[in-house]
Amino acid sequence: MTEHSKKAPATNGLPGMAAFHPGVSAQLREYYQSVQEEGIPDRFLQLLEQLDVAERQASESTRIKDNAR
Amino acid sequence: MTVGDKSTDHSFKRDLLAALPNLRAFAVSLTGRHHVADDLVQDTIMKAWAKQDHFEPGTNMKAWLFTILRNEFYSQMRKRGREVSDTDGIFTSQLSTHPQQYGSLDLQDFKRALDQLPSDQREAIILVGASGFAYEEAAEICGCAVGTIKSRINRARNKLQEILGVSGEGDYGPDAHSSAVIKKAFAI
Repeated sequence: MTEHSKKAPATNGLPGMAAFHPGVSAQLREYYQSVQEEGIPDRFLQLLEQLDVAERQASESTRIKDNAR
Repeated sequence: MTVGDKSTDHSFKRDLLAALPNLRAFAVSLTGRHHVADDLVQDTIMKAWAKQDHFEPGTNMKAWLFTILRNEFYSQMRKRGREVSDTDGIFTSQLSTHPQQYGSLDLQDFKRALDQLPSDQREAIILVGASGFAYEEAAEICGCAVGTIKSRINRARNKLQEILGVSGEGDYGPDAHSSAVIKKAFAI
């Protein structure tokens, strides 16, 4: 597949961008980067923690039920 | 075996966390609004977590998450029964631009320009131009042909250049409505 062999250029993650006007592509990346650099808001870390805890409790109670059988 | 399950969960959470800044940047640039984006990311995390058994370890977690977020975005838009309209765009771009958040004035202009693109063009140029996906991956995420992605990116690029005046006056000057948006956006 020629599409595939062309797919991973050495330019590291931005295939196809060579054809872009540098102004537009650079601004897009700069904007995107600025949002990425805001980091992960606490609400998501807390959410993942809650999901983790809920799941552990659920599997814990399943195990107790299984053992009781 | 619970031990095996646990280590899988652990790497699932770790991979999800690793992809989160990129996923959130996609959401913000797709919706143009931080609070809408963060709600979308939250819904995506919940969905991904609930569906984690469907995720095949070793495959592309990032593409999987982006697909969930994108589907969620369009399903929420359908529920609201409208595309985020230009009028809404004018209002929200004035409300939601945090000047301190974006390094330069240029970035605010760019954000406004991006908001003016149709969402199919916007997502295509973001996925390939900023999120780091190949054309093929972007096509997979958007559920369309590679050629469609390429032509959407072309149109997006032309439109952005036109709005930002990067390549001067082209054949396709801004239509009446978008120039009204630009004037309004710049009239501050």
